[in-house]
Amino acid sequence: MNIENIDFETINLGHGSGGELTRDLLDKIIFKTFSNPFLDQKHDGSIVKFNGEIAISTDSFVITPIFFKGGNIGELAVHGTVNDVAMCGAIPKYLSLAFIIEEGLKVKEFIEIVHSIKKAADESGVLIITGDTKVVERGKGDKIFINTTGFGEVHPKANISVHRIKEGDKILVNGFIAQHGMAIMSEREGLQFESTIESDSTNLNFLVKDLLDEFGNKIKLFRDPTRGGLGTVLHEIANDISKGVFLKEVNIPLEKQVAAACEMLGLDPMYVANEGVFLVVVDPSIENEVLQLMKNHNKGKNAALVGEITSEHPNKVVMESLIGGKRIVSPLVGEQLPRIC
Amino acid sequence: MKYLSEYRNFEATKKILDEIHNITTREWNIMEICGGQTHGLVKNGILDLLPEKVRMIHGPGCPVCVTPLNLIDKAIELLEQGVIVCSFGDMIRVPGSKKSLLEAKAVGGDLRILYSPIEAVSIANKNPDKEVVFFAVGFETTAPANALSVLHAEKEGVSNYSILASHVLVPPAMEAILADELCTIDAFLGAGHVCTIMGVQEYYPLVSTYKIPIIVTGFEPLDLVQGIYMAVKQLEEGTCKLENQYARVVKEHGNKAAIDVIQQVFEIGNREWRGIGEIPNSGYIIKKAYKKYDAEVKFNIEHIKVPENSECIAGEILRGIKKPNQCDQFGKTCKPANPLGAPMVSSEGACAAYYHFSTNLID
Repeated sequence: MNIENIDFETINLGHGSGGELTRDLLDKIIFKTFSNPFLDQKHDGSIVKFNGEIAISTDSFVITPIFFKGGNIGELAVHGTVNDVAMCGAIPKYLSLAFIIEEGLKVKEFIEIVHSIKKAADESGVLIITGDTKVVERGKGDKIFINTTGFGEVHPKANISVHRIKEGDKILVNGFIAQHGMAIMSEREGLQFESTIESDSTNLNFLVKDLLDEFGNKIKLFRDPTRGGLGTVLHEIANDISKGVFLKEVNIPLEKQVAAACEMLGLDPMYVANEGVFLVVVDPSIENEVLQLMKNHNKGKNAALVGEITSEHPNKVVMESLIGGKRIVSPLVGEQLPRIC
Repeated sequence: MKYLSEYRNFEATKKILDEIHNITTREWNIMEICGGQTHGLVKNGILDLLPEKVRMIHGPGCPVCVTPLNLIDKAIELLEQGVIVCSFGDMIRVPGSKKSLLEAKAVGGDLRILYSPIEAVSIANKNPDKEVVFFAVGFETTAPANALSVLHAEKEGVSNYSILASHVLVPPAMEAILADELCTIDAFLGAGHVCTIMGVQEYYPLVSTYKIPIIVTGFEPLDLVQGIYMAVKQLEEGTCKLENQYARVVKEHGNKAAIDVIQQVFEIGNREWRGIGEIPNSGYIIKKAYKKYDAEVKFNIEHIKVPENSECIAGEILRGIKKPNQCDQFGKTCKPANPLGAPMVSSEGACAAYYHFSTNLID
């Protein structure tokens, strides 16, 4: 977008007043970028048609820093919600988009974020059909917060439910874990270290659709282990079904540089956040085909079979260590904290 | 980072574990000093792979755990006075007498989590109208960086910087454990990182006085099983000497530059240990020449004294008298989200290791 005809450098309280400045911000940036038949109505909301069941998911994004290696808060706000809708076994179609902007945000930065949202939405095949923009006083926010709500059509073959999981079912993940969290960590104040680790933020909906097209109800569950990481999500699953989860550390896909960074900072990759990772629980009869399909997809090249559901140790996740010992993987309590030495 | 794969190698570790099984004929109690070693043992499932006769006793080497309650209350008092308090991450969830640093932050305290105390000096530089205090806890391992921060502040003329120091030393703690009549420990795994700084010289007197093998040991699974093997071998052969398993890092005389920095800023004095009490000559005190960097003096908070939580058996845990799962409160009233004492929340605490990783919890 050319910013020549935008005659303000920073966003101020007036841009959230609902008056002329707001209209200026919306017309020149929002409507221009996201133009589509629904949004162009400029009505209070949009009316859409769906075939069959609808999956809805909402998420708020408050990440700091707002720009990081491999992405920014904008694309994260699209991927996060698109993926949550996909995890329901649905095809994401529409997004709502709401900003809470702290006065003083540079317009240039806002435009960059909006462009990232547009690009991520296009790549994910979703339309932004309604939204909101508020501006708060300096000190009442942290540059920019974004909320998105996603609407998707449930895949006709999907039957996603944690309660369909049985003993012997297999757990696969689509790629390297802990990348997003470590990319953010490397740029936070007080924790700076040199790395080229990039966030894995991406949309997973097309790989999910391919899996559902091919395997239908033999897929029991999708989950994306964002905050809390793989360890916390697996623990939730074990608790939900009163069964155990057994993992082998050697099978957990972990990129070398990420492993090294976790080691240096004293963090356990099992609890580090992901934004482009999902786990899928499948009937054991299709484990190899699922793995193959994932590996052949550009969002699943590093897919791996990581574990299985067991009737032993109910409610517990147990991991066999690299040296053949066993540990439990407990849920994360609060934020992981860097250690002393 | 080749150490990550080489020192976590299944075959190499199994070979040494098999050797430990082959040579063990009697019951032995081996204490690993460092909390990092405790976590390594539990997280890798090594405790279950050892012969039943080889019992690992978890030692006091968790800097957060041995920091007395008083110090946490002092740090909270500073936050409430409007001081910017900088801390290592481990410290902030540890309960003080009324609240933790994290809770003090939630109600407006300016608490910063740092990896390096040197960064605290730059925060002081950037905030000349504010006082900045680094919560300088730890063993000999963190002492050089904490001392260096004082030297940086001195050199740059940063007068709004000081440290709340609670440095403790490993050899006096080992001596206190050995001198206890309840002590059943047959050998020690020495703390690899502490010896990286200080060397191994200080440990010869302990070996000869108490006739106990000490194996300076690293933290990776292969290090740990090798250290245990060396200890069991000595015990079975009836020898007692100092050995260095972690020779790829630990040198006989340690790191001279680091020791020099410590000695410039600190001198040895009495220190209180949480749950254990005061141990003579067991810590570092800021030297007179650098007293203006001593936050306790600067903010007149030396008088703050509070009793330890009577429900928490941290003292017995830290001396290896009880294991975490032998505490009545473990996993019941005391959990990481609501801890009674530091060992449940520190990333080097034995209770946290058992709670997060130990297969003991599989019913």
